[in-house]
Amino acid sequence: MQIAPARRARLAAPDDAPPLVTWRTQAPLFLLAALGTLLVALFAVSWGTVDIPPRTTLSILAGHLPFISTGEHAATADAIIWQVRMPRVLLAGMVGATLAFSGAAYQGVFRNPLAEPYLLGVAAGASVGATLMIISPLFVVAGMFSPVPPAAFAGALIAVALSYGLARNGGSVPAASLILAGVAVSSIGTAVVTYLMLTYNERTLEILNWILGGFNTATWTDAAILLPYAALALAGIAPLARIINVMQLDEDEARHLGVNVEAVKVAVLALASLATAAAVSVSGIIGFVGLIVPHAVRMAWGPDYRRLLPLSALFGAAFLILADLIARSINPGYEVPIGVITALVGAPFFLALLRRQGAGRRPA
Amino acid sequence: MLELRAVEAAYGARRVLRGIDLRVRAGELVALAGPNGCGKTTLLRVVSGAHPAARGDVLVDGEPIQRAGSRRLAQRIAVVAQGAPLPDGFSAFDVAMMGRTPHLGLLQSEGGRDIDIVRAAMLRTRSWDLRARPVDELSGGERQRVLIARALAQEPRLLLLDEPTSHLDLAHQVDTFRLLRELCAADGIAALAVVHDLTLAATFADRVALIADGRVAADGAPATVLRAETIERVYGVPVRVLAHPRTGLPIVVPDAARERSDGAAFAGVAGGAP
Repeated sequence: MQIAPARRARLAAPDDAPPLVTWRTQAPLFLLAALGTLLVALFAVSWGTVDIPPRTTLSILAGHLPFISTGEHAATADAIIWQVRMPRVLLAGMVGATLAFSGAAYQGVFRNPLAEPYLLGVAAGASVGATLMIISPLFVVAGMFSPVPPAAFAGALIAVALSYGLARNGGSVPAASLILAGVAVSSIGTAVVTYLMLTYNERTLEILNWILGGFNTATWTDAAILLPYAALALAGIAPLARIINVMQLDEDEARHLGVNVEAVKVAVLALASLATAAAVSVSGIIGFVGLIVPHAVRMAWGPDYRRLLPLSALFGAAFLILADLIARSINPGYEVPIGVITALVGAPFFLALLRRQGAGRRPA
Repeated sequence: MLELRAVEAAYGARRVLRGIDLRVRAGELVALAGPNGCGKTTLLRVVSGAHPAARGDVLVDGEPIQRAGSRRLAQRIAVVAQGAPLPDGFSAFDVAMMGRTPHLGLLQSEGGRDIDIVRAAMLRTRSWDLRARPVDELSGGERQRVLIARALAQEPRLLLLDEPTSHLDLAHQVDTFRLLRELCAADGIAALAVVHDLTLAATFADRVALIADGRVAADGAPATVLRAETIERVYGVPVRVLAHPRTGLPIVVPDAARERSDGAAFAGVAGGAP
């Protein structure tokens, strides 16, 4: 059928523009990713040395919701699901989401592909805080509420504040100075921890255990501690995604477009660092998630932060839940540190993505 | 539209602008020329608000720029920077759409009106066909068209361009300046462009302002400013200025023969330029 030129022009007008990336247009993608993450979580809660079918798991979980009665379940199954696996999976998911989301945000404001949530010294600072607490007399008397997470949290925030303070020059904080200050502060922290570990060698194992991180002692309390910080970072940074896109141009260009670059940078770094510090304080230092998950998302769905930030959070959660599942089931009775899994599983996966992308791209 | 009164600016202790007076009226295309390091780029940075003026006033529509705030300033002034990096993976449409930033609230998403404005800007700069292409795959001329489209999407009253044609071949240079001319004439946009090629400046600009040593050395119609003795004083190099056989506009060429015979004398004259 021939279409008259005038009519064709009119037909072309409304939909010849590339689709906009907005919350509304991306909602189906986000919902799908969220559903996938929930399925991974359900699978992880069902899986373990005591095998509980997903239907029973669902029924037990539903029974814990208010106003829903799903009948009686075996007390052991209920305890395993609700007291052990549920907080564990939830915490792993929240920490994974926080680290990946913060990593994406860091990469955005630093415009640096190597940026990750530990860049400003969060990990080293948290280690110093935790180590000091573990070697202190307080550690022995501590009962069920461990004093280590608050100490780690404080250490992490002090380290970030130190990096920021060192990099500050007049009214602005250049990204390059901030990265260098973070590296310096991290080195100092690592040195202090190494020294303390060797000096107080009767506590070396506890310190190492904390640093290696993991979710084997996860409780509902840990999840409750992290929740407000993670939610605050998500709610505070996600609306800035469009502005973070503009900041990918370069700082001067973003300024010319009316963006208050310093304010956005400070807000994003503060919120992401706070959430990362909270995540590290309840889970130890889990590497790699904050670096590779955002990159994997970027390779699959492009560089737009309006997709990148939410998808990083969701896939970060799924990734760490799976990594934790592997860590606890690879060798029942002895848990492999989760950082080992994130590196061993994450790196090859990441390299495969990198190669596939390299193959698809025409030489420049 | 744009008015600079005795503007001074410095990087630390180094004074770069030493009292600039300059006016650009709506619909006018003004070329800014002068030796490297004379302060042209700094002047653009001061006007765009990227660098503070140490002294003097920069007025846009009669209002001092520091009073306008960065977002309101970006609704009036658009900048096409030199060699600005474009982020990998974003499409030309995405980048042009970033020009809508100063018109959008923090939590606002782009809408149909923004699409219409960006489409019009890209059609105008003949970059609409590039809309789906990743910007990292574009040629120099295509990038420049997308950047000008982004600037137009800001719906500015004043366009600042830093050597908009420096990486372009002859056809794209002419193309870019024709477009600028047309924007000034049709939309009443004022344009201030740093241009190194004096002949190009003479051909397309309404006025040429020669900057030397942080001051305006000459300012006026191309034919009055671009005289051999003025150019030699500012650049410290011997030139000949010919008249275009048809338009009469100045054509500036280096006077290589004279340079060979008494180049040493000219090197002495050039001492004034930093």
